[in-house]
Amino acid sequence: MTATLEPKAFEDVEYASVSACPACAAAPSAARIAQLSMPDHARLMLSLPAAHCAACISTVEQALAATPGVQSSRVNLTLKRVSVDADAAVTADQLISVLAGVGYEAHELDAGLLSATETDRQGRELLMRLGVAFFSMMNVMLLSVAVWSGAEGITRDLFHWISGAIAIPTVLFSGQPFFKSAWAGVKVGRLGMDFPISLALVLASGISIFETWNSGVHAYFDAAVMLCFFLLLGRYLDHRTRAVARSAAEELAALEVPRTVVLVDGAEVTRAISEIAVGDLVLVRPGGRMPVDGVVVDGTSEVDRSLLTGESLPVFAGPDMVVSAGEVNLTGPLTLRVTAAGKDSSLHRMADLVAVAESAKTKYTTLAERAASWYSPIVHLLSFGAFGFWMWKTGGDLRYAVNISAATLIITCPCALGLAVPAVVTSASGRLFRKGLLIKHGTALERLAQVDTVVFDKTGTLTMGAPEVTNLADHPRAAVEVAAALASASSHPLAIALADASRKAGIQPAQVDALREVPGYGVEGLWRGQAVRLGRASWCDADEAAMTATYLCAGEGSARAFTFTDRLRPGAEAAIAELIAQGKTIRLISGDTEGAVAALANRLGITDWASGALPAEKAALVRDLTLQGRHVLMVGDGLNDTAALAAAHVSISPASALDAARAASDIVLLGQDMAAIGDATRISGQTKRRILQNFGLSALYNVIAVPLALTGFATPLAAALAMSLSSITVSLNSLRLK
Amino acid sequence: MEILTYLIPVSLLLGGIGLAAFFWALKTKQFDDPTGDANRILTKDWDDKPKP
Repeated sequence: MTATLEPKAFEDVEYASVSACPACAAAPSAARIAQLSMPDHARLMLSLPAAHCAACISTVEQALAATPGVQSSRVNLTLKRVSVDADAAVTADQLISVLAGVGYEAHELDAGLLSATETDRQGRELLMRLGVAFFSMMNVMLLSVAVWSGAEGITRDLFHWISGAIAIPTVLFSGQPFFKSAWAGVKVGRLGMDFPISLALVLASGISIFETWNSGVHAYFDAAVMLCFFLLLGRYLDHRTRAVARSAAEELAALEVPRTVVLVDGAEVTRAISEIAVGDLVLVRPGGRMPVDGVVVDGTSEVDRSLLTGESLPVFAGPDMVVSAGEVNLTGPLTLRVTAAGKDSSLHRMADLVAVAESAKTKYTTLAERAASWYSPIVHLLSFGAFGFWMWKTGGDLRYAVNISAATLIITCPCALGLAVPAVVTSASGRLFRKGLLIKHGTALERLAQVDTVVFDKTGTLTMGAPEVTNLADHPRAAVEVAAALASASSHPLAIALADASRKAGIQPAQVDALREVPGYGVEGLWRGQAVRLGRASWCDADEAAMTATYLCAGEGSARAFTFTDRLRPGAEAAIAELIAQGKTIRLISGDTEGAVAALANRLGITDWASGALPAEKAALVRDLTLQGRHVLMVGDGLNDTAALAAAHVSISPASALDAARAASDIVLLGQDMAAIGDATRISGQTKRRILQNFGLSALYNVIAVPLALTGFATPLAAALAMSLSSITVSLNSLRLK
Repeated sequence: MEILTYLIPVSLLLGGIGLAAFFWALKTKQFDDPTGDANRILTKDWDDKPKP
């Protein structure tokens, strides 16, 4: 794949630019060595979520070609990525701004994390086996048609020999995945679907060679290669669905390029998070996420803890305060002394908890596994029963009995069964992917179909974590004008929301001078010679309101409170209405304050809600519901939801969630719109029905074909017809998903 | 029936050429971006002269 780059070259460039300065003056030889080892070009990779058409390809490639230093670029529209070959001096940020200039949003991808080569190699190998099987199937079929239409004697033998010469190498090559997995199953004493498949392949080839040698009438070479082809097709579809999910999941992980700014002797140095040690000083700029656990040594600010605790209200942060990895710094720069980094940080400890919860999760038995568990014994019994019966009936005619038992195995071989699940899942997950849902786990759709209770988290899931002013109209115009002027000086989320809202209301900001932001407190300035402040309640001598608010004191006695609610995620109302219409029980559980949760529950019509929940309580609720025999779908985004996500029967998290939460969930919501969740439960129900229908269809074919095989009337022609007809019906049925 | 001695090798050869072409396409990574290739044919960027 073009997107696979040489990660080594990429790293070299990174080091070169990092070690670029303070050291080179001191040690010029080191700089020269770095220069010599530095490749003259680098491969950069960017994600292009908005690319979708032919024009997008030309625009992006032309814009990049016009950028100095870029040697070549290629858009991969399937993966929505562009890989760029450029001089080492070109950085991803430059390219991102170039692309933003032509109207495409782009994100840097961490190339090291995208080494999808192993999956790719497997996919290519499967495709090659599939190609070989297809070639053989077509050629053998051509020869078989002549035999079926009445070739006799030496001509038939010749055709059988040629078919065998094509089919045997094909079965040996293309059948390897089945032989390997059947052997692996036998070693642990388990007969999966692959054992009857392998047995059928071996027996069909063996009996055909024997018959050809003895100038027999029936040879099953065409059946053996056709079996290979259809089963490999199912295997390939299955692989591709998983590969797409995996590469998108890798992309989500690669989006967060793990670098941070460390202060070394007062100088700012950018380092990878893995290289940070306890005791280092780390600088976190406003808008950045804490990379480590630490104690604030310098600076004041406010931090957003919603991902960790579910609180929607930012918390003040000043010297000596303890912050944990995953919190977002809002207003002022903070310098932290690292107390725990990497594997020891609270984020990582939480991820370990998730791993424990996941391994404790009772293993879900898929429909296919359940089908295989009763299917395999029946097939073997039938085949051996037929062998025994005909041995007895014909008085020990081994050749005839083996022929019948092989025909039974071939006819019952789960061709359609092998396609039944992958074809439906491919079609369903493709459909959901277009709606913005990424199915990370193979059995997630089947599990989703069983869901009867949906548990939602609030902050960041049902709401965007972005505030909205609620009482702008309650204040006199002059006060709003001053507040707007103060708010526009800050990048605090509440201030941005306030400034936006007043602009939309058509209110011009007043003239306020000497604007100054006091990180962690608010903004102050001079309005008509009077000091005015907008910020925290304590800073304005105001009484704190029950809900999220910012306070304006402009010397009119008591401070004015501007209250906020969290903005609803688009599609949240639609999703909940759809889920209720489907008869599912909805619950809301949040770590936020009672007032905020109650307001949201009322707005969405959720009657069953709980507030102030700790992470353990969320997980306990999910477990209780499970013990009551319910199948829970958990939708959440924060670290406080992770344990609950892992404990639930199936879980969904938005792409904006912390990576620990995304890792714990089975389905990721790629876009902002939540309405897709309603579609997902509906489609999963259909998926399950289609899978069962497919099982039914292939069983129906068997019901007709097996008596023929058992009584000895099955010819290779009947086997070929049953096999291809059932496979085609099953595939067509899968495409009916809406 | 002597014609079979020519026809069968010919048909196998033709099929073999197809198989070889498939292997070549696989090896030169032509199945990596099916959506992109389907769209690329619509662009007019290199209609006048080949891409350098």
